[in-house]
Amino acid sequence: MIGVIRSVLRRGFEWIERPLDRLFGPALNPVAQLGALGFFFYWIVAVSGIYLFIFFDTGIERAYESVENLTNNHWYHAGVMRSFHRYASDLMVVMLVTHLLREFAYDHYRGTRWFSWFTGVPIIWLLYTSGITGYWLVWDKLAQYVALVTSELLDWLPIFGEPIARNFVSTGTLTSRFFSLMVFMHVAVPLFLLSAMWIHILHISRPKMNPPRTLAAMTLLALIAVSIWNPAVSQGHVDLAKAPVAVGLDWLFLPLYPLTDLWGNGAVWAFLGAFTVMLGLMPWLPPLRRAKAAEVDLAHCNGCARCAEDCPYEAIRMVRRSDGLHFPTEAQVNPSLCVSCGICVGSCPSSTAFRRSQEFKTGIDLPDFSFQRLRELTVETAESLHGEKERILVFACEHGGGAGHLTGVVPLPCVAMIPPSLIDLVLSKKLADGVAVAGCAESACFNRLGIAWTEQRFAGERDPYLRTRVPRNRLKTIWVSALETSRFEHELAAFAERVAAIPEIPSALPLPQTIASAPSPEPKRMPEGSVP
Amino acid sequence: MTGYLRRTGQFVVILLLFSAVSAFANWPIYRQIPEGSAVVVLTFVHGADRKAECRTRSPEEIAKLAPNMRRVLDCPRGRRPIYVELDLADKIAGDGHSRVYQRFVVPAGQYEIAVRMRDTPRTEGFDHERKETVTLVREQMFVVDFRSESGEFVFR
Repeated sequence: MIGVIRSVLRRGFEWIERPLDRLFGPALNPVAQLGALGFFFYWIVAVSGIYLFIFFDTGIERAYESVENLTNNHWYHAGVMRSFHRYASDLMVVMLVTHLLREFAYDHYRGTRWFSWFTGVPIIWLLYTSGITGYWLVWDKLAQYVALVTSELLDWLPIFGEPIARNFVSTGTLTSRFFSLMVFMHVAVPLFLLSAMWIHILHISRPKMNPPRTLAAMTLLALIAVSIWNPAVSQGHVDLAKAPVAVGLDWLFLPLYPLTDLWGNGAVWAFLGAFTVMLGLMPWLPPLRRAKAAEVDLAHCNGCARCAEDCPYEAIRMVRRSDGLHFPTEAQVNPSLCVSCGICVGSCPSSTAFRRSQEFKTGIDLPDFSFQRLRELTVETAESLHGEKERILVFACEHGGGAGHLTGVVPLPCVAMIPPSLIDLVLSKKLADGVAVAGCAESACFNRLGIAWTEQRFAGERDPYLRTRVPRNRLKTIWVSALETSRFEHELAAFAERVAAIPEIPSALPLPQTIASAPSPEPKRMPEGSVP
Repeated sequence: MTGYLRRTGQFVVILLLFSAVSAFANWPIYRQIPEGSAVVVLTFVHGADRKAECRTRSPEEIAKLAPNMRRVLDCPRGRRPIYVELDLADKIAGDGHSRVYQRFVVPAGQYEIAVRMRDTPRTEGFDHERKETVTLVREQMFVVDFRSESGEFVFR
C-alpha cells in the first residue's frame, strides 16, 4: 500500500519536476532546492522579525496600534517587512510539506536516512507553533480566533489548572504580561526550530543550506512584488465582547482549526498524535533491506581520503593508521550510515580497471557487489554486444531511466561507482564502440552527489580523472528519471548514430587474460531498496 | 534574448507560486458560526465543598506528624463534584467539573437564561441560581461566569 502511494506521488513529482528542469535547468530547479529554500525563508523570517520588533509594542493596549502603524504609515519598509515575515513563513510551510512528500516519494527516508526523516518530525511542530504564536501578537480578529481555538484545544489536555480560554471571552481578563509571554514564545520557539533544522542535516554530507544566488535573487524579487501587490494586513481590532465569527484564515498555518468545529478538540488531538507517530515510524514501515556496507581493505588503502570526501552520507571518516603502514590515516566506514551506493569504490585510486592481479582487491569495496565483479560484468556485457550494429555499453544507475534497457547494460547502485579507468578500459580495449553512462534525473540524483562527482571526474575536475586519451565523442551521459525510459532510448539511439559516424578506433592490444577471465567468488548484488 | 526570456519565465513561475501562497494566507474566509448567531459561554473556576468534613486530630496523632505538618484540623483535599444546569431556551449543559468552559452557539434573539449549581452534599435543589431574560445580538459573546467570593453567577 505504502509502495503504491509512493509510486503515485513519484509520478506526480516527475510530472512537475521535469518541465521545471527544462525551464530552470537542474541547478536552479526550485523543487530540487526545497531544503535550501526552507533555510533561506527561515533567515528572511528571522531578519524581518527582528526589524518588525523595533516597531512592535508588546503592551496589550498598543500591540494592535503598533502593527497598524507599521503597516500603514511605514508601508514602504516596515509594511513590506511584515509581508515578508508572513509570506516567507507561509512559504516555509510549503517548502516543508513539499520536501516531506518528495523525500517520501523518492524513498529517501528509510535505511540510513531514517535520522533525517525522524528529526524532521519535530520541525513540523516547531514551525507550526512559531507561526501560531506569531498570529496572536497582531491582536486582531484573527488573533482572537487563533487564541480562542488554540486555548480551547490546549484546555482539552489535562495540563492547566484553569481553562486558559477564559482569558479570551471577556474584556479585562487579559494583561500585558500575557503578551510578553507570547513574544518570548515567538522568539524562543523559532530558535528551537533552528536547532532542530541543524540536527536534521547532521548526517548529510555537503547539505544544501543556501539556494543558488540566482534563485535566491529571484525569490527575493518575487517576495517584494507580492508584498507590494498583496500586503499582509490586520483584520480589525480584537473585541472580546464579540465572537470572531468570520476570519480570513491562513490556510497554510491553520488548516486544522476549522476541524475543531467539525470533529471536536479530542479528535483533532487524536489525529495530530496518530499523524506524528505514523510519520516518526515510517522509516520502519517496512524497513529498507540494505546491501552490506562498504568495507576497507587496509592492504590497498593509502589513506588518500578521496572516499571520505566523496561519500554523500558522512559514512566514512579518516582515522589514525592502525596497521603500521607508512601512511598517517586510513578510511573507516560507519556501517549504520552507509547505503552501499559504491561512490567510494569509484573514487578509490586502487580501483584501477587495468590492474592485472588475479585476485583483484581495491582499497574500499562493496561486499555484495565488488569492483572485481563490476569489471567482470562489464567485460561479459561487452562480449554480449558482438553482432550488434553499434556496440554501445550502458552503465546504468538502478534508480534511473537506463536500468530497464534490455541489452548491453551494466546496472549499478550509482553511476559514480564507475572509476573513470573502467571507461578507459572499455574504449581502449575496443570492448565497445561507445559508452553511455545513464543516471537519475539531474536534479534528483538518488545518492545526492553521484551525478555531480561523475561529471566532475569526466571533466578532469575531480579525482580520479578520466584520462584525456579517452575519446569524448564515444562517451555519453544521459540523466533521466526512471519514468523517462522513452527519452533514454531516444538519446541512446541518437548517440549510437553519432558513434557510427566516427572513424573506427585503431586496433587495440587484446584484453589481458587475468581481466578477461578473472575468478568471480562474489554473488551477484541484490539491488538496494528492493523490498518484497 | 533566449536567456532573458527564460529568466523571465522562471521569475513568472516563482511569482505565480508566491501569489498563490499570499492568497491562501487570508482567503477564503472561514465562518466559525452561522450568520446571525451569538455565542454563550459558560465558564467558571469554583471549588465546591470538601468531600468530607474537617476532623480534629488527637494529641497522639499530632505528635506522630513531622513538626512542620502538625495541624489540629485534618481536612481532606478532595472536593465534591459540582452539578450545573444551564437552561438556554431548550439547551441544557449537564453536570460539570469545578473548572468549566463550554461554548454554545445560538441564533441571535431573546432568551430566558437560567443557570443553577449545586456544590454541597445536598442531593436536591441548588445552592446558587440565576435567571434572567437577555437579548443576544448577532456575534455577541455572552459569558456566564461564577464569582466564588460572593457565591453568585455573573452575566456579562
